[in-house]
Amino acid sequence: MYSFSKKLKLSAIIFMITGVLGIAYGFYSAPSTIADVQEIMMHQENGHSEAQVSNTNEHIEKGEEANNEHNNENEHLTHALHALQNRPYSAVFIAMFFFFMIALGTLVFYAIQYASQAGWSIVLFRVMEGITAYLLPGSLFILAFLIISAANGHHYYVWMTPDFYNPQSEHYDEILVGKSWWLNTPFWMIRSFIYLLGWNFYRYYAVKKSLAQDASKDLTYYKKSMKASIYFLIFFFVTESMMSWDWIMSLTPHWQSTLFGWYVFSSMFVSAITVIAMVTIYLRSRGFLPKVNDSHLHDLAKFMFGFSIFWTYLWFSQFMLIWYANMPEETAYFIPRLLGNYQLLFIGMLLPNFVFPILVLMNSDYKRIPWFIISTGIIILIGHYVDIFVMITPATVGDHWNIGIPEIGSILFFLGLFIYVVFTALTKSPLLVKGNPFLKESEHFHY
Amino acid sequence: MMSHYEAPIREPLIIGNKSYHDITVDVAAPVEGKANKKWWIAFTIALVAFLYGIGAILYTIGTGIGVWGLNNRINWAWDITNFVWWVGIGHAGTLISAVLLLFRQKWRMGINRSAEAMTIFAVFQAGLFPIIHMGRVWNAFYVLPIPNALGSLWVNFNSPLLWDVFAISTYLSVSLVFWYTGLLPDFAMLRDRAVRPFQKKIYSLLSFGWSGRLKDWQRFEEVSLVLAGLATPLVLSVHTIVSMDFATSVIPGWHSTIFPPYFVAGAIFSGFAMVQTLLLIMRKVSNLEAYITKVHIENMNKVILLTGGIVSVAYITEFFIGWYSGSSYEDYTYLSVGAATGPYWWAFWALITCNFIFPQTLWFKKLRTNFVWSFFISIVINIGMWFERFDIIVIDLSRGHLPSSWTMFSPTFVDVAIFIGTIGFFFVLFLLYARTFPVIAQAELKSILKSSGENYKKLRGDNHE
Repeated sequence: MYSFSKKLKLSAIIFMITGVLGIAYGFYSAPSTIADVQEIMMHQENGHSEAQVSNTNEHIEKGEEANNEHNNENEHLTHALHALQNRPYSAVFIAMFFFFMIALGTLVFYAIQYASQAGWSIVLFRVMEGITAYLLPGSLFILAFLIISAANGHHYYVWMTPDFYNPQSEHYDEILVGKSWWLNTPFWMIRSFIYLLGWNFYRYYAVKKSLAQDASKDLTYYKKSMKASIYFLIFFFVTESMMSWDWIMSLTPHWQSTLFGWYVFSSMFVSAITVIAMVTIYLRSRGFLPKVNDSHLHDLAKFMFGFSIFWTYLWFSQFMLIWYANMPEETAYFIPRLLGNYQLLFIGMLLPNFVFPILVLMNSDYKRIPWFIISTGIIILIGHYVDIFVMITPATVGDHWNIGIPEIGSILFFLGLFIYVVFTALTKSPLLVKGNPFLKESEHFHY
Repeated sequence: MMSHYEAPIREPLIIGNKSYHDITVDVAAPVEGKANKKWWIAFTIALVAFLYGIGAILYTIGTGIGVWGLNNRINWAWDITNFVWWVGIGHAGTLISAVLLLFRQKWRMGINRSAEAMTIFAVFQAGLFPIIHMGRVWNAFYVLPIPNALGSLWVNFNSPLLWDVFAISTYLSVSLVFWYTGLLPDFAMLRDRAVRPFQKKIYSLLSFGWSGRLKDWQRFEEVSLVLAGLATPLVLSVHTIVSMDFATSVIPGWHSTIFPPYFVAGAIFSGFAMVQTLLLIMRKVSNLEAYITKVHIENMNKVILLTGGIVSVAYITEFFIGWYSGSSYEDYTYLSVGAATGPYWWAFWALITCNFIFPQTLWFKKLRTNFVWSFFISIVINIGMWFERFDIIVIDLSRGHLPSSWTMFSPTFVDVAIFIGTIGFFFVLFLLYARTFPVIAQAELKSILKSSGENYKKLRGDNHE
């Protein structure tokens, strides 16, 4: 049995407390009136010359169209106010989604191991089950966030603004009206609830059956798990795409891309495998996983390598096709990312997500060295945080983005929570499953 | 690689009380024996179809592309449909030999040789179309970036059609090398068994003096692994590039970012269906039932089910996002309400029925382990995937942005003849292959005999290991 080390527990709690403080500071420092925004802008104009340039450009372009200078200025400030108010929400949402998707991706990996009758990964099952323990608290946080954003109208999901659907309003938006059969708050909430329920149900069921198999003499529970994993994979494959459209793509409700759901999945999957490898290495270094050998690590590292390339493939496919055809309604998504002030993050994330893993993990000896995997893993995770950040922030915060106290606070809070939940779950059951028909293959696995 | 231990729950991959020698004899039998009447009949039919196709191709080149059913608006139809269809079929071979090697799937060993052969012969057929659909075939070499007397006039590297040239030619050459290195030990086996001097001479030439030393095997394995690692991204990128012929355009229905992975999934789907069709026949006529077992067929059906599922999700995505986009043009694309009820409704429903509805029957174990049903489904999918490409190309072109250029397409006999010709050519090659090549990688099969052979598994079971 694993025992949660005091040091790790303490760090998790410290992370959570610091994180909460950071998040609170983010909400506290967000402006509540236009006057606050003006003050913030004054400060920014002194500090950030780049931000100023782009703001003025925007201002000039808008100024040409508008008749009333003052009205336009006001509109601009209101826009900035909403963006700045969104920032702490975005910071929380990105970190929340990031850790949630790790747990979910791990669950998918786990289900695939069952469905494909893998013979190597059985000794890692309990590690995966431990990581997926975060799914439930993660889901509850997501659900709470979705409810809050639907309830308090803080301009997070802009399509929720009632003005867009009112023909009398000057903000009346025909495109959004056309989509309202899908993008309307009640249906959206129901859908989100169904996804979360389905995923959590499988997690609950699979772990229960896995524990029951430990005590069982035949393969009844194993067979049940296998069946359930196949049903889950079908359910997941359909709902994951919808989840990405609902939670992320709808932040820019005028834009759509058919690949988007699969692209989000690739980010989720590679981060999850990375975390499985990292937790495994940590537990093994403490002597809790005597059956895990270098070959297991090698396999995990190969998956990290392979899916990093897969992520790049989908990233490139989506980007290149839109760039190539250059249709205005689609490129609108990439203009702030490629040409605006997200450029560094957008292009730069290729380094941690593609170049670094491909160079470091190409060599087969390196894939067996724990500190190599850990350090590559940290870089990959940072890269995929940036990936999620670049998916979300341009739509919600726009040019006013920053990675500062609210963002780091959110990461720390959810990291602490993740560590706390996962390692607590790991103490609940023995770290080696029993009675799985492929267990012996896995124990003797050698590559 | 893995040790010889294997979980008892895994089903045996080699049936019967086979020894190393039995494998050799069984694999060499079709090569050493004489062709029977049925083979000659099949070969003659294929050859006639092939010659008919050649005639149609020569007629096209001599007379002009106008002998096809193309028109001003629908300027790609059967030619590119067949091209994508054949490339897609080829993809399963590489998937079986490369991706399944990376995933250490032992069942791949019974089928990889024939799947790779199928890849190569299918890519031959595919490679014909980009050439013969040109208006001026004799200028085809202009697609190559070679220094020339026109002030070094070069190609424009921005066109996906040029990427196709690189993709297909690289794909063919890498597949060929991958396939051939795998054949070395097997050719050596045939060489060593040959009694007639002519055969001995031929197989000694083909086997490059393979003597099976330890060092050779070590290098051999390493090369296979590296080639598998290279072939996997290659196979993904080849069909991705083929998909970009459409996806980079601004034509509604073509311009869709999901095309790259969706085309790849579709390629694997159709390719596995073709492998299934061929192997179900081959295991019977070449007496290879012990090596291409029910487990192999079932596993291939599972891959078909998986890739069919991926393709289905992509259909739903296309359909949904087309609707969600609110663009009125999206209503005439191949996956839209407009297509389902428009003049090409039959092509739309053929696609849905063949690719989405019928393959779902494979969820039932009874059906996916049934050879007759598997054969039927594999044919249905081959038809369905042809329709998928036809729908993407023709339906989307038939109803474009401007209603004044809306039109229909009907093929001429030349379109059909060329397609039939490629099918004939494919079978000519495949039938010749089946008589002269070791159709199962016997060297690889021998490496799993002791872990996955039925007799050895039973022996271990009796000893309670």
